[in-house]
Amino acid sequence: MAKDRLDGKCIVIGGSAGSLKIILYILSHLKQGFSIPIIIVLHRKSDAESTLTDVLNNSTHLKVKEAEDKEQIAPEIVYLAPADYHLLVEREHTFSLDASEKVNFSRPSIDVTFQTAAEAYGSGLIAIILSGANDDGTDGLKSVRKKKGITIAQDPKTASMYVMPQSAINHGLTDHVLPANEIAEFLNRI
Amino acid sequence: METPISDYQLNLVLTDLLEIYGYDFTAYAKASLKRRINRLYSLDRFPSFAEFRYKVRSDENYFNRFIEQVTVNVTEMFRDPLFYNALKTQVFPVLATYPFIRIWHAGCSTGEEVYSTAILLKEANLLHKSLLYATDINSEVVKKAATGVFPITHMQQYSENYRLAGGNGDFSQYYTAGYDHVLFSEELRKRMVFSTHNLVSDSSFNQFQLILCRNVLIYFEKDLQGRVFALFDESLDKLGYLALGSKETLKLFPMVSRFKQVGNEKIWRKID
Repeated sequence: MAKDRLDGKCIVIGGSAGSLKIILYILSHLKQGFSIPIIIVLHRKSDAESTLTDVLNNSTHLKVKEAEDKEQIAPEIVYLAPADYHLLVEREHTFSLDASEKVNFSRPSIDVTFQTAAEAYGSGLIAIILSGANDDGTDGLKSVRKKKGITIAQDPKTASMYVMPQSAINHGLTDHVLPANEIAEFLNRI
Repeated sequence: METPISDYQLNLVLTDLLEIYGYDFTAYAKASLKRRINRLYSLDRFPSFAEFRYKVRSDENYFNRFIEQVTVNVTEMFRDPLFYNALKTQVFPVLATYPFIRIWHAGCSTGEEVYSTAILLKEANLLHKSLLYATDINSEVVKKAATGVFPITHMQQYSENYRLAGGNGDFSQYYTAGYDHVLFSEELRKRMVFSTHNLVSDSSFNQFQLILCRNVLIYFEKDLQGRVFALFDESLDKLGYLALGSKETLKLFPMVSRFKQVGNEKIWRKID
């Protein structure tokens, strides 16, 4: 795949309760040479974050790291939003952290990352919403839609918590509704 | 949430703030700033951008509200308790060797962290010879911080943070509880000096042995972060300490070569 085709692409994945095993499945099924940067926003407790990075790293040939303030987003890297900060994407494809109020009772909030990534990547953004028990992500997907990005929801029938993907579907915001294995296949075909 | 204000309109507001009020937000991280301004715009239900802009330009009281709402004032006592433990165990023993200790909390917000530091100084028997300067761009939060009054709702969590930070007394001895608020003791407050200070435009105003600036620099673009680090460098005694938020770092800047990180927390000591 020509490198310049990838320069303006990015994948954002939002998940909450019950989404970790889906994320592990997707990461472990990405093909060799997969290079689009991936940003993961996962609701979780503030502690024990280094172990989560380790768990994800062990699942994939890609490098997984916690996103750092002002870091340039680069290919072949999976970034994890740090606990207790919102993760924002700047126009110049760098990260900013933000310790402001929780959004949807969550920090990091999926909406915040999706909205700013939509502004930064426009139609080059692929946003995926996975299992979860609240509706964080729905407003974010609205922004992704508006900027002509691609939106995917995990098939709620396959999600241990269906509320989050179902909310996106009910708002008519999803281009594709897929089980985990087809999400991985979809990403491998981009 | 929709984002009704475009990048172009954002720049108009930032130019107005600089020209009319002398507040320079142009080097703030844009995604975060835009989100905060959009939040205010929605919160105050402006019918159009033109009316919002007019209000900010022409009404100084609204400008003050703008500063209050657009800057982030989320804070807590003993935020990141292990950081405070490192302050107590690795920094205070060195500060104890000075006859007089000057500390600067830059970006102090409503003051929770200033009171936290004062409590640990008291327990290290250093408070009587310390002076804590606490500053923020936002005059409203500085006023609030100076009162020493905090909502009682968070005290249970703060008490737990205090214990995790290595506090060795009973947390409740430091305040008097009212119905829904607590008042921190005069003994702590009388060692504090509160003032507004804008890290973007104001200069160094004293020499310090310890500067704490936690979860402020993340809202700045990298160039501005560098300028603020230069200001701290200038304001720090040789062998003084600089303490940052858990996701902030000096390592991207050349001056890091003259500093040495202390332990695992975000604390650097000026060695040259």
